[in-house]
Amino acid sequence: MTASPPLISLQSVGRTYRTDGVAVTAVRNVSFDIAQGEIVAVMGPSGSGKSTLMNMIGLLDLPSEGAVYLEGADVADLSEDRRSSLRARSIGFVFQSYNLLARHDAIENVALPLVYCGIGRRERLARAEASLQAVGMLHRAHHFPRQLSGGEQQRVAIARALIASPLIVLADEPTGALDSRTGAEILALFAALNRTGQTIVMITHDPGIAAQCRRTIHLHDGELVADETPAPALPKRSAAP
Amino acid sequence: MTMLQGFQIALHALRLNPLRSFLTMLGIVIGVASIVTVFAIGSGAQLRLQEQIRSIGANVLMITPGAVYQGGVRLKDGSKLTMTESDVQAILEQIPEVQAAAGSIAGTAQVIHEGKNWNTTINGTTTGHFMVRDWQLATGRYFSGTEEAGAGKVVILGSTVARELFAPGDDPIGAQIRIMKVPLEVVGVLDRKGPAQDDVAFVPLATAKLRFLGSASNINRDSVAYIIAKVAGDGQMAGSRSEIENLLRQRHRVPAGQEDDFKVQDPAAAMEAQQGAIRTVALLLVAIASVSLLVGGISIMNVMIVSVTERTREIGIRRALGGRMRDIRLQFLCEALVLCLLGGAIGVAGGVTLSMTVARMAGWVTSIDGQAIGLALAFSIATGLIFGFYPAHKASKLSPIEALKTE
Ligand SMILES: Nc1ncnc2c1ncn2[C@@H]1O[C@H](COP(=O)(O)OP(=O)(O)O)[C@@H](O)[C@H]1O
Ligand SMILES: [Mg+2]
Repeated sequence: MTASPPLISLQSVGRTYRTDGVAVTAVRNVSFDIAQGEIVAVMGPSGSGKSTLMNMIGLLDLPSEGAVYLEGADVADLSEDRRSSLRARSIGFVFQSYNLLARHDAIENVALPLVYCGIGRRERLARAEASLQAVGMLHRAHHFPRQLSGGEQQRVAIARALIASPLIVLADEPTGALDSRTGAEILALFAALNRTGQTIVMITHDPGIAAQCRRTIHLHDGELVADETPAPALPKRSAAP
Repeated sequence: MTMLQGFQIALHALRLNPLRSFLTMLGIVIGVASIVTVFAIGSGAQLRLQEQIRSIGANVLMITPGAVYQGGVRLKDGSKLTMTESDVQAILEQIPEVQAAAGSIAGTAQVIHEGKNWNTTINGTTTGHFMVRDWQLATGRYFSGTEEAGAGKVVILGSTVARELFAPGDDPIGAQIRIMKVPLEVVGVLDRKGPAQDDVAFVPLATAKLRFLGSASNINRDSVAYIIAKVAGDGQMAGSRSEIENLLRQRHRVPAGQEDDFKVQDPAAAMEAQQGAIRTVALLLVAIASVSLLVGGISIMNVMIVSVTERTREIGIRRALGGRMRDIRLQFLCEALVLCLLGGAIGVAGGVTLSMTVARMAGWVTSIDGQAIGLALAFSIATGLIFGFYPAHKASKLSPIEALKTE
């Protein structure tokens, strides 16, 4: 039995933005792997390149140096369309500001990624119901975002991220706009999801939140300064002994 | 994403702002409605002209009274009946290309049969009239020589008059009808020639003069109101026309240099010219209406561009959730198409209503054909595609990361 490649692998990844002749290096020389089933916190001060890193893992952006591998495949080799399709099927995004479509109700928001997976309306709605049920929001299925509290909107957004059974959920400061109690509830939801085997990468700058994750990656000025897995290390799901 | 999903998303987006959507498509609505209306009125006018041309018959010349001078004063054209039965005779005898000719006098009167009663044109003429106009009988016969010479009390009905006076099963032949208290026997009913032509009753010319016009002082016993003549071949119209002119000038002793007291016309040619003019005007109007379509298209483009800007974040979200560039393009293209198609459909409905209203109120003939409607809809689809493409393309080109950052 050969070892299957890690779910995500970053190798000497750098990202430099060039605007009006000024080059800003947001991420430099970052390497790490994420295995299936992990929950990883990404920490660092504002402007340290967390979101930039997340965008590259989520196939929204490509590195200017190094390479990002998804299940062993260099994402830079994929076409723009292919990366879009992978986003629909394999990546679930959760944003700080929820990013629900204001003019669609909860269930339609949740079903949206399936539109881009080519799934028919009936199945979309059935799966969206199941997904809403999983985050405890089924009773608000026909409410619009403005009729929901921040915590409720974030639950709907998580249901949306989960609907296509993605390989990985990427959450960029998912509790950043919430009060601490609601934030804790959202965090508990992520923890519960991870216990079912869902791989999650979560950006946060709350050390308390990071402490609840098994692994924390620290960024500073675009560089990886620490990649800690606090003891005791739990047995990882790995393909080879 | 499929086309159908694109349309569903588009309809959803447009329903959220119905007034704005309607105002956006107003230009298309007006453009399409005008095109449909212009087509309907234009082709209606053409149809009517064609019917008139057909009803006149092929290769027919029409001679009507012209300028009349009395003591050096020029009177209005047609104020005096200058043509006579002997002119008809002379034309027939002296111009070999003329195959048939007939003089007519006409007026309107009430025709009565039993309880029924109809107001129609009474035309006093000779059997030659039907020959000139290639007008066949549906039943019965034309006037006999004796009836023409002896002012026989007989009548030939146009199909409209026959329909109005007789019940469907009744045979009009042999029936007695009355015109101005004079009892007349129906000897023939004519074939249909067109709604404007069939509302007429023909009596022998002598009958009309003797029994209906009586001793009207301005009528010379020999006078006719107009003459129609049939020329043998297509190429001989112009030649025959000048021969008739020469003959009549001679017979009427028109001094050299003075205006003729008659006019020879080729009605079919005149109408064909008119038809050409109608076509030109209709095309011009369609061109103007197309400008409105163009303006409508620009307005749609404008609103779509604004909408793309307003919905940048939505676009970012859709891209992050897996929408491909072409999915975004399709979504906005579908919106433009839905706007145009809906506008086009409303425009067609409006145009049909408008032309039917015009038809009823002005009494014009209008004709709505599928071709014009199809053309108008095709125009609006093209407008949607052309003017929707740029905003849709712009939307698809947005960077998802940048789009997600906008408020
Ligand atoms: N599109 C961009 N163009 C130029 N600079 C950018 C762009 N996006 C981010 N940056 C810069 O890159 C750095 C890292 O940004 P970001 O990844 O958003 O940080 P974080 O999410 O950790 O706050 C910042 O200095 C930011 O100004
Ligand atoms: Mg950030």
